[in-house]
Amino acid sequence: MDLTLKIWRQTGPNDQGGLVTYQVSDISPDMSFLEMLDVLNEQLNAKGDEPIAFDSDCREGICGMCGLMISGHAHGPERTTTCQLHMRSFKDGETITVEPWRAEAFPVVRDLVVDRGALDRMIQAGGFISANTGAAPDAHATPVPKPNADRAFMAAECIGCGACVAACPNASGMLFLGAKITHLGELPQGQPERDARVVAMVNQHDHEGFGGCTNIGACSSACPKGIPQDVISQLNMDLRTALKHGR
Amino acid sequence: MPALGARYLSVMPSTTLSPRGTTARSTTIALKLLMAVTGLVFVGYLLLHMYGNLKALTGEEGFNEYAEHLRSFGEPMLPHGGLLWIVRVVLILSLIGHAYASFKLWSRADSARRTKYAAVKSAATAKWMRWGGVFILLFLVWHLLQFTIVKISVNPDKQGANVTSNPYELVVASFQVWWMVLIYVAAMIALFMHLKHGVYSAQQTLGWTSSPKAHVRAMTIGVALAALIVVGFLIPPLSIAFGLID
Repeated sequence: MDLTLKIWRQTGPNDQGGLVTYQVSDISPDMSFLEMLDVLNEQLNAKGDEPIAFDSDCREGICGMCGLMISGHAHGPERTTTCQLHMRSFKDGETITVEPWRAEAFPVVRDLVVDRGALDRMIQAGGFISANTGAAPDAHATPVPKPNADRAFMAAECIGCGACVAACPNASGMLFLGAKITHLGELPQGQPERDARVVAMVNQHDHEGFGGCTNIGACSSACPKGIPQDVISQLNMDLRTALKHGR
Repeated sequence: MPALGARYLSVMPSTTLSPRGTTARSTTIALKLLMAVTGLVFVGYLLLHMYGNLKALTGEEGFNEYAEHLRSFGEPMLPHGGLLWIVRVVLILSLIGHAYASFKLWSRADSARRTKYAAVKSAATAKWMRWGGVFILLFLVWHLLQFTIVKISVNPDKQGANVTSNPYELVVASFQVWWMVLIYVAAMIALFMHLKHGVYSAQQTLGWTSSPKAHVRAMTIGVALAALIVVGFLIPPLSIAFGLID
């Protein structure tokens, strides 16, 4: 495959940056998108140019490290992570625009790399859950109904890649937040701090500069793990309950 | 506690105590709740308003009697026009709350992504909600001037106090003018788009859609309610425009 790539280049956080056009040829349709970028970087290295910086780690779709805006779609045209996206999803001769996640809460570090520390700080703001440590409890000491366990697990599938924020027209972090709130809210271990957790996490979300949710649903469509929008409803419900409890 | 300390506390992993100044009320979700509740007040009012408009199908006497009854409702417990003013105050407060929350969230969304994507098409729904909302607000100003505050007859053939002081005559005279019908149809299209997403969105914001099934139900309710209201509102003006009522 021969491709034209328009890739965002930015030398540092304070550089203005811009799109630069590159040509790559003889790309195998079975390559992943990141492998295609590796090929381009080898070309750039051979010419003595600065290679393109992008994040990646496991390259098997489970760590949440990679994430690129590919021709206007977070993680590209398929519902998957960028590392699991294959070049067969594109046409020979296609022009592909590659941009970093865009949100004030995700400042660009360099080229396609953004700082997603805001998501970590939201998790930190959530604080602890009251669980005894030391003696391991019996497995059946705290029963969890199957539907609750399933929903908690569904929400816990979130890998924190930030595609929801990137795809959201408001750059809102509510799908991420909703997944975390639902994950702990469905389990007995998450109950004692439930009100305090949602209030602290939503305030941290707002403090980081994410936008508000307008229930468009672009987040769920972009989510490689298919986290549904009903976790945002759960988040809203939990916040409203906290409001009722005078938090 | 100094501001810096409060900020530090809010990110400290070792506590879940809410630091001062970070309450549930200070969040963007609280703003959305304000938007949802005030929006639902409008939906309730629209249903009542639509019912009143459909009285036009019963003729001049039925329509004008209804208009007068709105003012004498609750007498002598309430003064003349008392109920109407209670409703108006609730609507004005709702409008202030709805507009305040929406502009605040709109500007927040704008500053949450200052560098735009080169290759992303922005969501049509978001545009319909915001610019459609502004259009509905402008339409509302004209609508109130025309039928409530000033009572303007735009029909050159039907002028004078006998038209403007007769609710039925004013409505019929207005919708015999083609461009008036056009304005109202345009406003109803904007209202349909606004309600379709707004009614669903309000349910989601109130936390009533926490399962996939409830989610689909909320979307269906949004489309159904929007269609009901818009069709109900369009029947009288279109009937007048096509000469079924005169």
